[in-house]
Amino acid sequence: MSRNLYARITRDGLWDNNVVFAQTLGMCPTMAVTSTAANGLGMGLATTAVLVVANMLISSIRHVVSEEVRIPVYIVIIATLVTLVDVSINAWAHDLYKVLGLYIALIVANCAVLGRAEAFAAKYPILPSGMDGLMMGLGFTFALTLIGAIREILGGGTLFAGAHLLLGSAFSFMEMVIIPDYKGFLLMVLPPGGFLSLGFLIALKRVIDKRNAERAAAAAASAPVELAAAAH
Amino acid sequence: MNLEEMRSKLWYQGVLLGGIALITSAALAYAARATEADIRAAEAADIKLSLSMVLTGKYDNDLLKDTLTLPSEQGDVLVYRARRAGKIEAVVFQVHGSGYAGKVVCMMGVNREGHITGVRIIKHAETPGLGDKVEPAKSKWIFSFDDKFLGNPVADLWAVKKDGGVFDQFAGATITPRAVVKAVKGGLIFFDKNRAQLLDASQGGKP
Repeated sequence: MSRNLYARITRDGLWDNNVVFAQTLGMCPTMAVTSTAANGLGMGLATTAVLVVANMLISSIRHVVSEEVRIPVYIVIIATLVTLVDVSINAWAHDLYKVLGLYIALIVANCAVLGRAEAFAAKYPILPSGMDGLMMGLGFTFALTLIGAIREILGGGTLFAGAHLLLGSAFSFMEMVIIPDYKGFLLMVLPPGGFLSLGFLIALKRVIDKRNAERAAAAAASAPVELAAAAH
Repeated sequence: MNLEEMRSKLWYQGVLLGGIALITSAALAYAARATEADIRAAEAADIKLSLSMVLTGKYDNDLLKDTLTLPSEQGDVLVYRARRAGKIEAVVFQVHGSGYAGKVVCMMGVNREGHITGVRIIKHAETPGLGDKVEPAKSKWIFSFDDKFLGNPVADLWAVKKDGGVFDQFAGATITPRAVVKAVKGGLIFFDKNRAQLLDASQGGKP
């Protein structure tokens, strides 16, 4: 059972129940930071860290917290965690803070964190909850990086510009110019570009899911025939 | 009474919320104290770095401690003064202009002769890809101020080319460079007006 549970958590977090593409939660940070792929990646990773710790903490006190006051308790815990992350990065990784500083406070406003506390961590033991936080966070990171990459390529012709600020100069190889001498397409950089990219990506996910479901149904339908044919 | 029964009682809610609030506040208070000194040091280092970027040459004083506040058209201006052997060699101060999306704040350095030693944008909310070319990471434009002074170009030519001046504008963005040029010009006029006081070594904080 436990292996199935972890496989399910992984699939849910990364694709089936993806925070952005399926649950459409956390739209505020999604629209705000995805003007470049590197920004999306940074925000995604910071959110992942908070999600993992918040899920595990909330799971560990799930028997003590009563139904009636659970929401304020979760919010206080999440807000505290985010503030702790914020001041520690400011103090001990100040260069990173200059890049991420603005976004970190936004994590409190990300309802995905509260959503996972409520939907998962409040009901499951600590380890699966941590795993759920990790997978939901990675799914969020994937979504943000993808939206950021699309907006950055169409809007400015580059990809992962500024990645060295986020990940250190060793990662400057990631910075690419996809379309040289590109004049830029401002709409994609501005907030409407975020909504447009997100809309098309959600539509694309629906198409893929539908095709998969049809293929699975077709396989299930044809399987008995094949078996019958094999018997002959 | 076990946990199951207690959880639905009214007093339990208050105790629980209070307890959580107490624990989290304690954690925050501890974190604030543990990080305060490091954050302050990092911020001071940031200011020092931005000061050193708009200055040329060598200085031997602590600029953060050698400041002067003077009134100007843009409100009180905090001036950092760079000295060598007690003599004031250059001053650094902030000016701002109104760009396309709010204030564009610049830090500028001016030497004794009134020549610009450097200009950097500290804060702006201009459109990415257009107005943000005032950042040195995006374009070399901001260096076009280096070594300029009132007289080179003459006051009328302190404008972007579109307005008949000497400074480039960007394709698709004139408002941002126009704001910066105007702010820098204002800064030089401020320096000119207060020159005597700014360069008076006996005023302000000691080196």
